[in-house]
Amino acid sequence: MKPAAFAYLKPENLAEALQFVADNADDGKLLAGGQSLVPAMNFRLARPETLIDISGLEALDGVNDRPEALSIGALTRHATFHKPVSDGALGRLLVKVVGHIAHYPIRQRGTFGGSLCHADPAAEWCLVATALDATMRLESSGDARDVPAEAFFRGSFTTALEPNEILTRITIPKLPDATGTGFVEFARRKGDFALAMALTTLHLEGNTIRSARVGLGGVADRALRMTEIEAALVGKPATPETFVTAGQMARDQISPRGDIHGSAEYRRDLGGALLERALAEAAEEARGAVST
Amino acid sequence: MSWVGRRLPRLEDPALLTGQGRFVADRAEGALAMAFVRSPLAAGTLTEIEVPPIEAPDSFVFTAADLAGVGAIEAILNRPDYKRVPQPILARNRVVFAGQPVAIALARSRAAAEDLAEQVFADIEPDEPILTFADALADGARAVHPEAPGNVLVEGQLRGEGVDAAFEGAAAIVDVELRSERQSAMPLEARGGVAAFDAGSGRVTLYASVQMPHMLRTGLADVLGIPESDLRVVAPDVGGGFGQKMSLFPEYVALVWAARHLKRNVAWIEDRRENFLGASHARDQRFRAKAAFDSDGRILALDADLLSNVGAFSCYPVTCGVEPLMAFAELPGPYRIAHYAVRSRGVTTNTAMMAPYRGVSRPMLTLTMEQLMDRAARQLGLDPLDIRRRNLICEFPHTSPTGLVHDAGSYVEAMDAAARVADLEDFRQRQTRARAAGRYLGVGVSVFSERSGYGTPAFAARMMEIVPGYETVDCEMDPSGRVTLAIGASPHGQGLKTALAQLAADRLGVTPEDVRVVSGDTDATPYGWGTFASRSMVIAGGASQMASDKVADKLRIAAAQVLECAPDDIELGDGLAKVQGANRTMRIAEIARALHHKSHLFADLTAGLKEQAFYDPAGTFSNACHIAEVEVEPATGGVRVDRFIVVEDAGRLINPLIADGQIAGGVAQGIANALYEELVYDEHGTLLTTSLADYAVPTAFEIPPIDIHHMETISPATVTKAKGLGEGGTIGAPAAVIGAINDALTPFAVAINTMPATPDRVWQALRDARDKAA
Repeated sequence: MKPAAFAYLKPENLAEALQFVADNADDGKLLAGGQSLVPAMNFRLARPETLIDISGLEALDGVNDRPEALSIGALTRHATFHKPVSDGALGRLLVKVVGHIAHYPIRQRGTFGGSLCHADPAAEWCLVATALDATMRLESSGDARDVPAEAFFRGSFTTALEPNEILTRITIPKLPDATGTGFVEFARRKGDFALAMALTTLHLEGNTIRSARVGLGGVADRALRMTEIEAALVGKPATPETFVTAGQMARDQISPRGDIHGSAEYRRDLGGALLERALAEAAEEARGAVST
Repeated sequence: MSWVGRRLPRLEDPALLTGQGRFVADRAEGALAMAFVRSPLAAGTLTEIEVPPIEAPDSFVFTAADLAGVGAIEAILNRPDYKRVPQPILARNRVVFAGQPVAIALARSRAAAEDLAEQVFADIEPDEPILTFADALADGARAVHPEAPGNVLVEGQLRGEGVDAAFEGAAAIVDVELRSERQSAMPLEARGGVAAFDAGSGRVTLYASVQMPHMLRTGLADVLGIPESDLRVVAPDVGGGFGQKMSLFPEYVALVWAARHLKRNVAWIEDRRENFLGASHARDQRFRAKAAFDSDGRILALDADLLSNVGAFSCYPVTCGVEPLMAFAELPGPYRIAHYAVRSRGVTTNTAMMAPYRGVSRPMLTLTMEQLMDRAARQLGLDPLDIRRRNLICEFPHTSPTGLVHDAGSYVEAMDAAARVADLEDFRQRQTRARAAGRYLGVGVSVFSERSGYGTPAFAARMMEIVPGYETVDCEMDPSGRVTLAIGASPHGQGLKTALAQLAADRLGVTPEDVRVVSGDTDATPYGWGTFASRSMVIAGGASQMASDKVADKLRIAAAQVLECAPDDIELGDGLAKVQGANRTMRIAEIARALHHKSHLFADLTAGLKEQAFYDPAGTFSNACHIAEVEVEPATGGVRVDRFIVVEDAGRLINPLIADGQIAGGVAQGIANALYEELVYDEHGTLLTTSLADYAVPTAFEIPPIDIHHMETISPATVTKAKGLGEGGTIGAPAAVIGAINDALTPFAVAINTMPATPDRVWQALRDARDKAA
């Protein structure tokens, strides 16, 4: 469990990093927090010829709390979200989510952008990005483009990122003030990859659902935004019956793969059960948000 | 005031907690690094090994062809049913499990050795692997080893008279089929060794992370064909073993061979992935049992068919008989069974070798007996505690159906005490209220005995070619009055040195800090059997006490001469020899100095203060009751252990703090067996769980606080009155947890029969029950 030999580059700034990436497009790999890449290299599952260590690029670190959106630097460490990075529903939701990401020491090093680029189907941030319409800023030498989450994630460990590009920022639109959010995941041990997880937002008028976001993670080759369920929820009362129906819809729409931690049938059922819970959690929070 | 019985913090801990421990890897600097090329396939004919051209300096690859003259590891049981299957150091002609060493690669760094190893290509014509009991026991199944057609390496059978008649006359017959999947003992520090070659003497000193240093020396010398005096084995600080570090593995033979062959220092430090693949595994058992009960819930007879997957080889020295024969002998556990029938087989497969892991068979046999009790209670409408009370042994000594003698214990009393702590009446009310709210709580009870501290008679009864069991201890007081105990036991995290120091301090009138315990160095300690099988406190403790007494006797004689009284009037304590009833004292250090430097004054005594004692007890049974409270979540299949109670009776506790630590760690491993840990091979025999991301060792988040209470039944079976307790936590916890899950699931008429009870398994069982009901 020692990595194969590799060359190591440490750029001084983003321009230099982009140049290194372009120069090593065939066999280079970016090193950010290293929490997935380094173990993969130790197992020799990943064998980059060149590591380009961008972990020191301060320009990519930190969160800008803008009125309409959060702009998250790709190198922002998971631990940054232990406390709300902005007032309101989105900041609260990110606090709920971050506690499920691996373990405390890993959250000190692992980065938001690194997690998105790794594109593990069970990664919490990938679900957040997909369910909340995040936009990824991909830069290359002399060029930049913005890619929405639904186009960014292409499958298991696969994204739209080109070999000469670096993900620099992620923009997540803010949620309306009275939004309730729910995030539920189930793993064998605390900190394990989720067997399934559900992220929801609800906006209520009285007890009637006015708008909803529904996302599921760990049940497909990428995080899923469940737009049919969202549409079906609108206009319905926020009751357990409604949530059970939504859970059933989810079971019908997903076809997860089984592995040693859970069979396909189990994960399908679990996805539905967790969605019910996440909706109930969001509804309770939404009611609280309305009353305060 | 006596040192024995005090919750003394471990004397070992300051060094370990401040990073001053010295482990094997700390000695690897400057040594050539060795890596293994391991078979990627579970079974097949090894036709060729392609070795790359080697250009780099200090780089070597060796295969079986290079190890000419090196023997195979052969563990022997002298039973007619036992089939010997020699274990080659490096695979020759065929491979029998994925992970088997095929070649060694050596280079200046581990990374370079791995670079070299991955260029070695083993050309293997694959065979269909034999992985499961069904594969191995099928009619006409391919033999994993030509020496063992039928794939059964060891088989115990017994059919007591009256078994069939008892079943015919039974009021209730209960049967169970239970399974424990495969586990790893998972020591925090993996295996590893540094073989240091001394050019002057030609000797090799092997620093190795092991539990049985003397046995390793013997085994290595036998396989390499060299005298034991050419070898010194040192177990430095060892980061846990749990049984995985007591066998002689081919890796250590290859390591010492390489050091001798190259006349260099060579290091092999195993990583976690390699430990999963190449080290021993454990559990993987399927127990079928049925029991006949009368209408009062008394067991009339027990009939069992027990299968243990022993993997590809038979572990040296204790052999693959360990699991099946312990299951055979000890299934009745703490219960009175008049009529017993059993067939217990050790089945060989194309999987990693099985070797002892804390608990050995008893987690499964305890689960079996406790599930029989719970299910019989349900069938007969009895309280689960009542049915146990009617069957637990309560007259001592008790002789089991297989001839094991239980010394005095507190089986019923410990259970009743645990039930009081658990407040079961209150629990039943909480359970009822929770069910009304759609939540499912359960409670499980596990009563068991732990056979511990057994010497050569017990091992000889197993017909082992190598019969372990005794311990010898040298106790020496130096001229400054400080004490050294040199022991053959080999602690690896248990805190044994502290406990032995407490024992010796009381006998010699000094403090535990005055007592240094030397272990794990074959040049510095008497031949002994290391640390395993809950033996060290009893056996090394007994020998330490006896050796200390001999030194104390000599101190008293010498002091009596100086203080002009009878030796019996001398009391040793607080560093002083005191004349009882008089105000005359002498410092123990003064006597020690005098016996070394003025020995001519003590005409009747030999000079110095060094004595040896030998102890080989028949064994003793400790006992305990575990009660687990769980909540099962039907929607996710998740199980959370909310509460865990232990009432343990291990006789006299030398250090209750250490005893509690042993119990807590054992319970955590038992919960892991019940809920979390599982090694998984795919249908090709490839191990899928090769990291701690996939092999779910529970963490502090998953293990509840463990509420530990003690009883102290003093039996005459041991000289210290202490009984062993190292394995009890692991033995009892699975049955308590599975019992609790099944109690929680009573409304669904579901029984969990397989460990670990993963969320998927619990969910599947509930779904199957729903489907059946629909």
